[in-house]
Amino acid sequence: MTASSHDVVVVGAGIVGAACALECARRGMRVTVLDRDVIGGGSTAAGMGHIVVMDDSPAQFALTQYSRQLWNELRDDLPAEVEFERSGTIWVAADEEEMEEVRRKHSYYTSRGVNAEIVNSAELAILEPNLRRGLAGGLLVPDDGVLYPPCAASFLIERAKAQGVAIHLGKAVQQIGRGRVRLSDGREISASVVVNATGAWAPELTPGLEIRRRKGHLVITDRYPGFVRHQLVELGYLKSAHSISSDSVAFNVQPRKTGQVLIGSSRQYGAESAEVEAEITAKMLQRAQYYMPGLAQLSAIRAWAGFRPATPDKLPLIGPAPEDPATYIAAGHEGLGITTSLATGRLIADQLTGADSSIPIGPYLPSRVAQEPSHV
Amino acid sequence: MTSAGREQFDVIVVGAGPAGIAAATRAAECGARVAVVDDNPALGGQIWRGGAEKAEDMQAREWMNRFQKVGPRLFPGTRVIGQQQSGMLLAEERDVPRTLRYRTLILATGARERFLPFPGWTLPNVMGAGGLQALVKSGLPIHEKRVVVAGSGPLLLAVAAYLRRHGAEIPLICEQTSWTRLAGFGFSLISHPGKIAQGLKLKLGLGFVPFAANCWPLAAQGFDRLESVLVSRNGEKQEIACDYLACGFHLVPNNELAALLGCELRGGFVAVDDFLRTSVPAVYCAGELTGIGGVELAVVEGEIAGLAAAGDESAARALFGNHRKLQKFVSSLARAFAPREELKSLSSPETIVCRCEDVTFARMGGHASSRAAKLHTRCGMGPCQGRVCGPAMEFLFSWEAASVRPPVFPARVASLSGMETELEVESDRTTGGTR
Repeated sequence: MTASSHDVVVVGAGIVGAACALECARRGMRVTVLDRDVIGGGSTAAGMGHIVVMDDSPAQFALTQYSRQLWNELRDDLPAEVEFERSGTIWVAADEEEMEEVRRKHSYYTSRGVNAEIVNSAELAILEPNLRRGLAGGLLVPDDGVLYPPCAASFLIERAKAQGVAIHLGKAVQQIGRGRVRLSDGREISASVVVNATGAWAPELTPGLEIRRRKGHLVITDRYPGFVRHQLVELGYLKSAHSISSDSVAFNVQPRKTGQVLIGSSRQYGAESAEVEAEITAKMLQRAQYYMPGLAQLSAIRAWAGFRPATPDKLPLIGPAPEDPATYIAAGHEGLGITTSLATGRLIADQLTGADSSIPIGPYLPSRVAQEPSHV
Repeated sequence: MTSAGREQFDVIVVGAGPAGIAAATRAAECGARVAVVDDNPALGGQIWRGGAEKAEDMQAREWMNRFQKVGPRLFPGTRVIGQQQSGMLLAEERDVPRTLRYRTLILATGARERFLPFPGWTLPNVMGAGGLQALVKSGLPIHEKRVVVAGSGPLLLAVAAYLRRHGAEIPLICEQTSWTRLAGFGFSLISHPGKIAQGLKLKLGLGFVPFAANCWPLAAQGFDRLESVLVSRNGEKQEIACDYLACGFHLVPNNELAALLGCELRGGFVAVDDFLRTSVPAVYCAGELTGIGGVELAVVEGEIAGLAAAGDESAARALFGNHRKLQKFVSSLARAFAPREELKSLSSPETIVCRCEDVTFARMGGHASSRAAKLHTRCGMGPCQGRVCGPAMEFLFSWEAASVRPPVFPARVASLSGMETELEVESDRTTGGTR
């Protein structure tokens, strides 16, 4: 392989790498994708697969809104195994204080073109009969969806292949920089640009990136069609998930197209092994049963854990590495990588081709993290 | 510890088959506080199924009586679903969670039949050989039914003999291995007179039942249920009308709990030393989990593990000689009944490989590993947790086993929620705690 044979080498065949490869190929670049393992085998395989608009910050809102729109445009093309379903999200409010948040969120979303609907306690009970009684209500965001991430990543890779992208799996990359990629087997590949899309492992290839591994657990049940109908997230999540230092759990369940119920979520820093930990799994399930008592009786068939690539300001790094213009970063998507993958691909390709982006890219540039204090 | 009522055992044995019974008995005879956990309703496991009263086998009855004399605590109908923390198992007894503490743990979780996919294998009335036997034991009428028994291994003969005693007609026993390999196996039996007797006994029960080597199922046929089996017999196709096909391609170890606890595996079997210690401190392993070797080996392994776990290493050592002799049987069994290459190409593209998730053989193509196939096809992600399709995929595609995820068996969400206080109360109530 020679320097002229590649415009772009994407390292990482997770959903973000797949989206970057596809978008770069669409713009006429010659692209190669490398992954040490399989397609979508890292954080992509560990996550829930929620396509959701979030508003922790204006920049997060802009990115998730843009990317959700891209997913919804793609909907009719997605093959059955991607299991895309426009289930909608209900942000569940336990009490009046959380209903305040529902109203704030409602006005924020609707004033920016995202459909949302406030539901009261009685309406919530009708929409989700298995939620416990006495909850205050919630915010229904009907255009959110769920999908099965590994197959979504495969779908993007297949499309990229159709655009001429080459993919090499089982190829571990040892080092990248200045337009060169060194594989663990000693081979070297040159390219005009190397995209580091290795998610939670990105700092191993680009030292200094402010990405930490935030461990999460999930449990999936046997098939119970109709038990839960929307993606449900507690708004108490705002109180717990914002804590950047300590372990936390939150109620977050999702209906799968198979009829299975996916139960989350947990957040831990400093955990090195992806081993399932009984204690935090138990806490997470207790929280879920507090909201949905009927979950107790369901049969759980599998639990697993994985790592979110977390940044201090909860926004991904999308753009050139601070000290190496030939290395682009597309990583640090925390728990939103499935949602924001498509937008990330667009923003990377926009930057590489000098095209205007649909949303301002400033908040996602890796250079902004380097300028900010490390703990926001 | 402040909670005096909490149940703690010196030795917990998981599995109440021959190895587990021997392990628990020997450990209890040494004075250890022993518990045995098994998901069946009675002692015996697959091979001595049904407890002492029902045992047709002398050895089984003797061991079960000896077991009852020293009285280890038996938790029947209880499944170990994981480890809560080091030294503490999480189990479920009819949906009720229970935690059990141990100082040493002996895994004797045995083996299950290997299934290999072929066209029609998911039709009603195509069953596991051991599975059909268990159904007949629990009342399925088999009198005057025609049952083709096919696959590989000594279990086929045992099942055929059992079905015949209960009135089934066996038109053919199809053993996939060759006569040459069988002869090699027979020859190696000369050093194991007990095995020959066992073989003869089975043979007598089988009378004139036709037995074919070099013979395996090509397809199970029928409209909405099994009507006939197409077999390859010495290279010729033969169709046999039947009501049932009892099928199993030798055995694979139930290694899920061992793998989850972190025990080192070699070729799917748990690696152990002479005292049957695994790579994980305080965890022993006995029986089919260390290598498929039959009842006699399982019993002596159970004895060694039980004695060693209870601290009587010299008594354990006294059994090493016999153990080594019986162990030779493991490799001769593995050689004799290794599935032949032709079995890899039985499936058509539409043949279901994973029954839980309806994954076809065609969809498996192109994946590089069991993990890739699992992630992208859901193969092995259903409620059987890959117990059926996993070993088949490992054989068909020469893949390494996919990693094991908890729980070891599907369990209620409540049971995984580890509500500690409830668990303690539960354990106290049922074990007569003295708080």
